[in-house]
Amino acid sequence: MLAYAVRRLLFAIPTLLVISFIIFLILDLAPSDPTANLPLTIPQDVRQQIRLSLGLGEPMHVRYLKWLYQFAVNEPMHALEQLTGHHFSATPRVRVLSWQTRSPVVDLILQRLPQTLWVVGLSYVVGILIAIPIGIVSAVRQYSWFDQIGTFVSMVGYSVPTFFTGLLMIMLFSVHLGWLPSIYDTNLRVTDVASFWAQVKQMIMPVMVLALFNAAQISRYMRASMLENLTQDYVRTARAKGMREWVVVMVHVLRNSLIPVVTVIALGVPQIFGGAIITEQIFRVNGLGQLLITGIQGADIPLVQTLTFLFAALIVLFNLIADLLYGMLDPRIRYD
Amino acid sequence: MTERAEPAPGTVPGEIETPERGLWNDVWYQFRHHRGAMLGTIVFTLIVLAVILGPVLHPVDPTHIDVKARNALPSLAHPMGTDNLGRDTFAGIIEGGRISLAVGVTAMALALFLGTLVGVLAGYYRRLDGMLMRVTDLFLALPILPLLLVVILLFRDALRAAFGPETGIFLLIVFIIGVTSWMQTARIVRGDVLALKEREFVLAARSVGTPDRRIILRHILPNVLSPIMVSATLGIANAIITESALSFLGLGFPSDFPTWGRLLFDGANFMALSPSRVIWPGLAISLTVLSVNFIGDGLRDALDPRARGR
Amino acid sequence: MRLRHILTGASAAALMASAAHAERGADGQVNVLYYQAISIMTPYLSSGTKDIDGAALVLEPFARFDPDGHLVPYIAQEIPTLENGGISEDLKSITWKIKPDILWSDGTPVTAADAIFSWKYCTDPEGGCAQAPYYDDVTDVEAIDDKTVKVTFSVPKPYPYTAFVGAQSPIIQAKQFADCLGANAPSCTEANTMPIGTGPFRVTDFKANDVVTLEANPNYRDPAKPAFATLVLKGGGDAASAARAVLETGEFDYAWNAQVEPEILAQMAAAGKGEIISAFGTLLERLHVNQTDPAPALGEERSTVKHPHPFLTDPDVTKALSLAIDREILVETGYGEAGRPTCNLVPAPEYQNSPNNDWCLKQDLDQANKLLDDAGWAMGADGVRAKDGQRLSILYQTSVNSVRQAAQALIKQWWNEIGVEVELRQIDPAVFFGGDPGSPDTLQKFYADVEMYADNFEGTDAERYLGQWVCGEIPSPETAWQGGNTSRFCDPAYDAARAEMSTTTGDEDRAKMTIRLNDMIVNSAAIIPLIHRGRVSTKSKTLGGVEMNAFDSELWNVADWYRIK
Repeated sequence: MLAYAVRRLLFAIPTLLVISFIIFLILDLAPSDPTANLPLTIPQDVRQQIRLSLGLGEPMHVRYLKWLYQFAVNEPMHALEQLTGHHFSATPRVRVLSWQTRSPVVDLILQRLPQTLWVVGLSYVVGILIAIPIGIVSAVRQYSWFDQIGTFVSMVGYSVPTFFTGLLMIMLFSVHLGWLPSIYDTNLRVTDVASFWAQVKQMIMPVMVLALFNAAQISRYMRASMLENLTQDYVRTARAKGMREWVVVMVHVLRNSLIPVVTVIALGVPQIFGGAIITEQIFRVNGLGQLLITGIQGADIPLVQTLTFLFAALIVLFNLIADLLYGMLDPRIRYD
Repeated sequence: MTERAEPAPGTVPGEIETPERGLWNDVWYQFRHHRGAMLGTIVFTLIVLAVILGPVLHPVDPTHIDVKARNALPSLAHPMGTDNLGRDTFAGIIEGGRISLAVGVTAMALALFLGTLVGVLAGYYRRLDGMLMRVTDLFLALPILPLLLVVILLFRDALRAAFGPETGIFLLIVFIIGVTSWMQTARIVRGDVLALKEREFVLAARSVGTPDRRIILRHILPNVLSPIMVSATLGIANAIITESALSFLGLGFPSDFPTWGRLLFDGANFMALSPSRVIWPGLAISLTVLSVNFIGDGLRDALDPRARGR
Repeated sequence: MRLRHILTGASAAALMASAAHAERGADGQVNVLYYQAISIMTPYLSSGTKDIDGAALVLEPFARFDPDGHLVPYIAQEIPTLENGGISEDLKSITWKIKPDILWSDGTPVTAADAIFSWKYCTDPEGGCAQAPYYDDVTDVEAIDDKTVKVTFSVPKPYPYTAFVGAQSPIIQAKQFADCLGANAPSCTEANTMPIGTGPFRVTDFKANDVVTLEANPNYRDPAKPAFATLVLKGGGDAASAARAVLETGEFDYAWNAQVEPEILAQMAAAGKGEIISAFGTLLERLHVNQTDPAPALGEERSTVKHPHPFLTDPDVTKALSLAIDREILVETGYGEAGRPTCNLVPAPEYQNSPNNDWCLKQDLDQANKLLDDAGWAMGADGVRAKDGQRLSILYQTSVNSVRQAAQALIKQWWNEIGVEVELRQIDPAVFFGGDPGSPDTLQKFYADVEMYADNFEGTDAERYLGQWVCGEIPSPETAWQGGNTSRFCDPAYDAARAEMSTTTGDEDRAKMTIRLNDMIVNSAAIIPLIHRGRVSTKSKTLGGVEMNAFDSELWNVADWYRIK
């Protein structure tokens, strides 16, 4: 297993290089333009000047290699210099700079990470914690009232988009009842009970909206997989051996049912770092999702390239983790 | 129905080898006696009939603007009210249903086909696994919005010239949604297949020299059906919503083509002013997804060899 | 919660201070919401309206425009004119005097060197300065003395108020930006996000594309201002929810750009917490009518002057299309207080608004039908007019935007009623306004028959704006599709008149010239003016001193804002 993991990690490097190049190719081919947001009063020659100052005059492969060098060499070196306080070279290192904000992309990402982890990450945890018990009970008591209501809520929760549920919650809790703020304050520092309470209040709505969506999806896979396993021969054998139903379900069936759920969760974790574009927009959480979408709208190639690449690295990593977990959940799965 | 959790006596995985005719009769019998499945089928059929026959019952042009009847509440002339330009919401729901259902079902089918194909191949054949899963990683990582812009740039005019504006856009949308949403199904199916192919019945089938194709179709596929059915249900909801998201990028149908997702999005800000603008499209999407879900449940139960024959 | 604390804190503080408005920082915090978040605090590196407005809190020019389009001195003592000798007789130079007591927020005095530096900064060829046109024809900026700046032009400038005037070309501090010239401009993150300025506020914390926190500038020239101690400029979300945060929940004091359907806005305003404010500048929503043939069959030559449009070069057809449109309805459904019907290309200011073109204000379908009948376009069996096998069929494109889509739907219906077939197309704004020569969907390429967008000019002088309509500005493959004349309008008489304008002096004569040029364009086949659009924002009823301005940044007088008790 360890050898397999190491091999996969090594293989991830060329994979990510290829992915990063393809991403760059797509961003380059896309017909959006960094000067599109400027008012029409800015004449074309000035726009051309701006494009040149952003380095767009150079051929595509040069720009790609520049980005790669800045990202893979200069950024880690910069971080190292910051940590140690020692400067390895006299000339300042050129970091990956966003075109829109002219500030280092990595700093922007670090700035956005807390609210994204709090809101999107927490909603994912909440979603999983709701979904797994619901999935299990729905399967064990298939077609009971609990199952029917669970099915209804999760299907409606999944099919109604978050822009609608989010707006509905704002109308209810912010406008009519006035209980919760409709705008997330990223300046808020939790220092005491009052500010903690304020943080909780501003997180409730976005977390619930996203958690409902995530829980709906995961609980469906959980239920389906449990149902599949409940009718297997080994369950009958276990029951025949006189094991208690609870042990049968929670130990044997659950473990064997987790493979699809692990897959879904592993696919979802990188999404946390991708942010939740719509929910972040509605509640103005301004996390990584909002960073990405403003970057895309402004054709901010260095920003979008870096974010997408980090996202790709997480996808590769978590898919590897999922594969390793398969092996633990079902020892019969072998990779060698 | 409710004692479904009880294992059916005397069923062995090999029972799927019963003659073809009997199998489908069995499946149909089982399906017909599944209350949820029948209800789902009826509702789904009703929705399909409504969007097909709707214009006969309610002959109003969904794009006709009547500025005097803006934001009207439900009435006899406008059973679901009107929007802020005075367009009839009911007619919009009917017309939009055609596009949404067509896009939802076709795009879901495409994604499901691609996902299952990649998942089964990657899970079953170890040589293909690494390559196919890296391709999956790549597709998961692609920046969707810029990719869509590229696709539009490269293919819109060609498709428009070949199939006309409407069919061209339809094909483009189905292609875009299908090609960008098969990865989850692929990963899930692969995970299940990895475990399944080491199970006793597969090993047994292989040891008696059953060809791979037959093992996959007869032993593997029926056993990964439940996650596929879940993916199908979620896939329809996804496709309907994604279609509306596309039109906000100028990539979908032109704005005068109503679709359920679009009606819901356009109506969202009018929620307090004319609630019927959001309730009906929301209900239409939810009902469709729910009914497909129940059909999927019934189909899965009916196809499950261990649940059949009771 | 936090907001409530601040508000109660602020009102408590106000109770203690007897003369609340006479003391800097007495009114606590003001919360401003821009749904497009601020990316950078200098207009020289980004000319998005949001960034210009953000920078206007900190950076100031010599003079700004007031809501009527008149100049008001800011850093300068007075507005230079021919009469007071500030403008030379040959119109080739203008001399600005800096207020003697004015200080940067770090306490150092503002000198002529700062203005000279600002000019050098923006005109550096490697800097990619977005406001370079403000320094067009400027050959030299020199210091007469420490507090006097002389700007010299290469040609006589009848209108010299470009450099250092308005929100787009403020003075930046030479000391802070010294190492940021040319190619180094983007990497000066600190200076670009926390500039030292002369305005009423200074940045204390900057989170790009999210939130900017500012505090009162301790060295601001008026010791009683600003009334607010801190200002929070939050970004993100969409226009409707931004308006809601002011009008319905009251969480914010001011929200920028409430371009929302009027009935939604009215319903929100009914909650009674805030009000809608608007002001009209020069922004015009218009339909450009392609004078060249966009047929795909022409390949490389589509939408070029080699192939005139098969029917849209006829002014009567364009006139019929214009008469079929009910602009009142467009305003009612899409713009509300932020729109007025107009038939002019230059809709403001009042003194240069042509009085000659009111025929389009009232929808007249009969007249439109008659024009087309007379021109020989016979109604076909399918309800589409045709002449010599040519059908009146139009591809109508615009950017993705809910108000524009509503207008598209309405106009399509009206045009259908006069026998014109319409296909609609929407394009992602990043592509449509992007001008990428590789994309078929840019507004310059104009691979459609009619396209809709809004355009304006900064300040009050229309010379450069009208210059977009000369033959030489037509986008074509030879110019890599650059050029402002998207309609491909070309009239030698117009070009001659436009050349005459650049030598015309005096406000009155220039206004006459503007009207003459305006009339030539709007009576051609090349344009259908639709709506004179205003800026519309929302403000809390507890926020006083706000004067909406469409000729400068709308935060132009933020120093005068205060809390109404």
